[in-house]
Amino acid sequence: MQDVVLAMLAKEPAHGYELRSRLRAALGPLGEAMNAGQIYVTLTRLGKAGLVTSQRAEGLPDRPERRVYVLTPEGQQRVATWLAEVNWPKPDLAEFHLKLVAAATARLADPVTLVDAQRREVLRRLRDAQRAALDRSMDPVAGLLLEGVVLRLRADLEWLEACERLWAQHDPTGRKAGA
Amino acid sequence: MTGSTVLQARGLSMLYGGERALVRAVDEVDLNVPAGQSLAVMGPSGCGKSTLLYLLGGLQRPTDGEVWLADRRIDTMSERALARLRRDSLGFVFQSFHLMDELTAVENVELAALLAGQSPGRARKRAMYLLDRVGLADRARHLPSALSGGQRQRVAIARALSNEPLVVLADEPTGNLDSAATLDVLRLFEELRTAGQTLVVVTHDPRIAAVADRVIAMRDGAFVDDVASAATGTLYDGRR
Ligand SMILES: Nc1ncnc2c1ncn2[C@@H]1O[C@H](COP(=O)(O)OP(=O)(O)OP(=O)(O)O)[C@@H](O)[C@H]1O
Ligand SMILES: [Mg+2]
Repeated sequence: MQDVVLAMLAKEPAHGYELRSRLRAALGPLGEAMNAGQIYVTLTRLGKAGLVTSQRAEGLPDRPERRVYVLTPEGQQRVATWLAEVNWPKPDLAEFHLKLVAAATARLADPVTLVDAQRREVLRRLRDAQRAALDRSMDPVAGLLLEGVVLRLRADLEWLEACERLWAQHDPTGRKAGA
Repeated sequence: MTGSTVLQARGLSMLYGGERALVRAVDEVDLNVPAGQSLAVMGPSGCGKSTLLYLLGGLQRPTDGEVWLADRRIDTMSERALARLRRDSLGFVFQSFHLMDELTAVENVELAALLAGQSPGRARKRAMYLLDRVGLADRARHLPSALSGGQRQRVAIARALSNEPLVVLADEPTGNLDSAATLDVLRLFEELRTAGQTLVVVTHDPRIAAVADRVIAMRDGAFVDDVASAATGTLYDGRR
């Protein structure tokens, strides 16, 4: 979040609310749940770290709290570093995998039941993302993000199917299929 | 948007093979599909999705159980009555489109109505209306070979709608399509869903869930999960 806010300031100084609407526009439907508080908390942290400074905006006596945020040279340096960084966000599959292993070995729970619950959740997310992507009025830039979300969720579902296949065989009680 | 039961299965079973290698392709399935519901049945390859759909659509007879369409039991009907029922009350969509290669898009769509004895003028009018509805009015005189996969599937959907079916039954409708064409077909299904068309889709493609009111998970011939698609948004998961 910090890096993103910094990068959004790189073009020109901005008010907090401007940053928020820029972010929301870029995220499309995924940005709808983002609240203003997150931006201001982040800006405060960035200020303490010396990466941004702020000045009171002129001509708005009724909203004296309005500030314009500007990158410091350190902030600009950090943006450059962030852009050059190569990393890729990864969902933490290891934790879920270990949960299944623990559930099975300690007989804490049926791993297949855990997989089922997880699959429902992933399917629900996939449905929402795909539904949003069906909207023709979607801004293509925000739509591109949704496409990525959909692809990853599909991959997650495939992996969950593989989990189910394996753990269904390992489960000593066998799988009970109820309608 | 859902009402009385349109399609129902009770203890529906389909067994293949002899005693040695018995396959329970569909294993005592109970199902109620209310009018206006858009239902997706999902499951891995070989779990019995196609078999289930064929049983529901009267394309195949079960070894056990019952299928009801509206208030008529169809699994015991004569072949002739079944054929008439499929023609008058059901719409089918298949993975490989099943269009007639030598007929144009509009001819494919109007064919069933012509065979049912409708006047050519009326059949053509309705076919053109349906092609317009699936966004292909300007492709009406093209042969299937001159259409993309997604366009062919949309023609097939228009054809499935030509008899104003009680239920549209679709088997892997996006199975042969790339992402963009899949989106077109999904949009169309979403329009059908909001228009209150009763729809049963069996598929491996989880994206179909986007256009379903209800998702059933199938394994080894049986239903293992049945989720009404909640209206709550889960797009934003709050993870950083
Ligand atoms: N005519 C047949 N004779 C014998 N076995 C059959 C026949 N048709 C299907 N089966 C078997 O019944 C089971 C269910 O098949 P079905 O085609 O319904 O699965 P499916 O879920 O549609 O799979 P896919 O996703 O690959 O299309 C499979 O084990 C299949 O081998
Ligand atoms: Mg099949």
